[in-house]
Formats: sequence, structure tokens, C-alpha cells
Amino acid sequence: MFDFLQGYDVLGAFWTTVRLTVWSAIGSLIWGTALAAMRVSPVPVMRGFGAGYVNVVRNIPLTVIIVFTSLGLFQTLGVSLGADTFTMINFRLAVLGLIAYTSAFVCEALRSGINTVPLGQVEAARALGLSFTQVLRLVVLPQAFRSVVGPLANVLIALTKNTTVAAAIGVPEAALLMREMIENEAQLILISAVFAAGFIALTLPTGLFLGWVGKKVAVRR
Amino acid sequence: MSSVLYDAPGPRAKRRNTLYTLGFLLVLAAVAWWVLTGLAGKGQLEWSKWAPFFTDSRVWTTFLLPGLENTLIAAALALVIALPLGAVLGIARLSDHWWVRGAAGSVVEFFRAIPVLILMLFANAAYAAFFDISPDSRPLYAVVTGLVLYNASVLAEVVRAGILALPRGQSDAARAIGMRKGQTMRYVLLPQSVTAMLPAIVSQMVVIVKDTALGGAMLGFSELLASVRPMSANYGANTIASFTVVAVIFIVLNFALTSFAARLESRLRRGRRSTGAVVAADAVEELATPGEHVGQRPEPPDRP
Repeated sequence: MFDFLQGYDVLGAFWTTVRLTVWSAIGSLIWGTALAAMRVSPVPVMRGFGAGYVNVVRNIPLTVIIVFTSLGLFQTLGVSLGADTFTMINFRLAVLGLIAYTSAFVCEALRSGINTVPLGQVEAARALGLSFTQVLRLVVLPQAFRSVVGPLANVLIALTKNTTVAAAIGVPEAALLMREMIENEAQLILISAVFAAGFIALTLPTGLFLGWVGKKVAVRR
Repeated sequence: MSSVLYDAPGPRAKRRNTLYTLGFLLVLAAVAWWVLTGLAGKGQLEWSKWAPFFTDSRVWTTFLLPGLENTLIAAALALVIALPLGAVLGIARLSDHWWVRGAAGSVVEFFRAIPVLILMLFANAAYAAFFDISPDSRPLYAVVTGLVLYNASVLAEVVRAGILALPRGQSDAARAIGMRKGQTMRYVLLPQSVTAMLPAIVSQMVVIVKDTALGGAMLGFSELLASVRPMSANYGANTIASFTVVAVIFIVLNFALTSFAARLESRLRRGRRSTGAVVAADAVEELATPGEHVGQRPEPPDRP
């Protein structure tokens, strides 16, 4: 019944999906945290930049960003991010696009977490003479991170699903393989079921696990 | 004061802030210079590449406006079909019967866990194999089907959250005057939760508009993003200019929707006659972690 799977590297395609997710998640966590720090910083120019970045990037379709990295950055401007093979270049470009897009959402999630930290704590920290960076690093961000595990988990799940957009520039991940298999094989329902099951196997445990972690580490107030 | 994280700046902090401002502006300027020289080096800043968008109306009538029209048609169709479907699923998830709850929960969680693109690819192939739809309109059908399946399940969560956000007293009072479950839902809970859900629904519209671009990239649906290729082929390889214009159109459209949702939300929160129940515009992606409560009877949230 499943002999149509022979000749296709389904596991390999899903492995590419996972690698896309992991690299983009790390990158957007870093860049998203930096953006969130900018958005609450005392320097108006940084606040403006952070707000502008989030509002602009959130409103562009990810597909436009990803297709742009290939047609605009690579083919027109020759940006290849230090990779030499075609697959590698597209992989890195896709990760770049995913990071640029996802960090806007990470930033917003973190900012809502920063808002949950009670005023009194920040005032106390400032009364002790801590600087803005110290307040952020020692008092606010640790609590903010603990309270946004749930929302960040949803951003991560959305990211996992969004990696399929990389198929638009030919990264050999799950959605691209699914399209190829649909074209060549007759078992549409079975093929779709396999890929649906693959994504459920990726997203559902992540959601359940991080949801549990989020409840565990949340600051009780 | 805008923030509680720092004090009103004194003389030293003011000097330091000026320094940071200058440093940050320098970095920004360096990045901008690097991008612009890169663009200029590839000849992408020449006026001839940008001029068509300002001087030649055909670029709008042939490519951009029809593309935008298709984007809006697909998005509107998807929302109109997904809303009632989502309402049914959302109400079913609140049912007293475990099997109704469980079934609706499974459907919602299933379609929320799968990427929209996978749903669109499946719909596209299914329409080709099992239905008699002309190949011209098949991409539109596929895009709308994919969007409906995904967004109905997201809107189901919105509906559920909207109903749960209402004060407990509403359903208690309805029961006290002898209304049945169905009547309570139809006459008391649903009408009030519709206003509570409006901000979330409008901001979900942004997600729908953005996802239509998938159809352009993967299914050959001729929406706004898909107009980039023919444009840059016809107007002298102006890829950067075409992408910029398309992105700006998306940003303006979605920004209008986002601000509308935010305005609705603040108005509802201030409104004196409402129950104060609001599903926040940015809550859509955060409503529930996947798999959290399939078939469980959810607890109404604590009200402050």
C-alpha cells in the first residue's frame, strides 16, 4: 500500500524542514530579543526603528520575502551568503527570510511579556541604582521569558509550518517533495496523509511540551 | 512618561542618549549606504527601472491592479466561507457532550497543525483529479479551499475565546429566566461575543491576505506577488523595483487592516455599554497551544 514511498526521500525532506526550523528559530530568537530591547529602550531612534521594523515586516507576506531573497537578493544582487551550491544558497536565503519575518513576532511576544512584569519590581530595581540594561537583563527579561513560553511556542509552531514557504524557492523540504510526488504518483490521499501526519508529528508534541513547560515556569502572581 | 523601565533622563543620561542615538544612526547609515551602493552597482537604481510605476499606467492596469483584485477576491471568499464554518466548530467545541467536543476539537487541531501550503497543494490536486473545474479557475478554488480549511479552525478558536470571555453572569442569568442551552447561545452569548470577536477577525484578515501570496508562488494563481515576474520581464529586469512596489501595496493594505483592528479593540474596551469582553487583535496566533484541550471542557478565564 505504501510502496509509492519508495524512490522518494521523505525522511530527508522532513529533516530539511527540521533544520530550516531550528536555524530560523535560533536566529529569530536572537534578533527578536534585540528588537524587543530596542522597542523599550530609552533612545527614541531605536524605539522608532524597532516599531517601524515590526510594523513593516509583519504586514508583508512571508512568501514575498522568501521569493525576494531568491529573485532579488541572489539573482539580481548576487548575495549568496557564502554558500556555493545552489541548494545550499537557497537554504541559507530561506533561513534569512524566515528569521527576518519571524523575529517581528518574537519581538511582539516578548514585549507583551515585558508588560506583565509588575511596575513595583522595576521601580525597586531602579531605586537600587541599576541601569536600564541591568534592569532589563537581571529583572525584566528573565521574568518576561518565563511568562511568554506559551506565545513563543505558538510562534515556533507557526515557524515550523512557515518553513514550507521555502518550497517557493526550491529548497528540497517537505512541501516541495509533496508537490513532486503528487505530480508523479496516483495516490493523492495517501501522499497527503503522509505529509499531514509528518507535520502533526512535528507541531503537536512541540505544542504540548512547550505548553507544559510554559505552565511550569510561569511566574505565579 | 512612556516607559517605566528608565527614569526621566538627567543631564548625564541625556548626553549618553545622544551618543547612542548618533551611534545607532551611524550604523543605520552604514547599512543603508551598503545596500544602496550594492543596488546602484547592479544598475537597479536607474530611473528607467522605477519610472514605469509613475509614468506608465499600463503597469497598473495590466499587472498590479488585476493581481490585487485577485488577492482581495480570494481573501474575501475565504473569510466569508470560513466564518460560519468556524462559528459552528467553535460552538461545537463548547458543547456539553464529550463526543461533539472531541470531534470538533480534533478537526480544529488537525487543520491548525498542518501548513496552509500543504492544504492548498492537496486541494489543487484533488480538484484536478476528482472534480470538473476548468484549469483556469482551479488555482483560485485551491487557494480558497486551503485558506478556508485553515482559517475556519483558527476562527473556531476565536469564537470559543469570544464566548468564554463573556462574564459568567450572562449565561447564569439566561438560565435563571428559563432559557435552554441553545437559546442561551443564540440569544445571549453569540450576539455579544460577535462584537468581542471583531478585532480578532479583522486581524485574521491580515493573515488571510498574506497567505494568498502562497497561491501565486506555488499554484500559479495570478495574484499580486505573481505579477512581479511578468512585470520585471516587460520593464527591463526591474526586479527590485517590482518587489518594492508589491511589498508596499501589501504593507499599506495590511497596515490599514491592522490599525482598524486596533481602533476597534480600544473602542470596545472603552465602550460603556459593552460587557468589556474583547478578544484582542493580536491574540489570534496565541489563542491556544496546539493540542492543549481536545475534548476537555474549558474553564472560563478568570476575570479581574
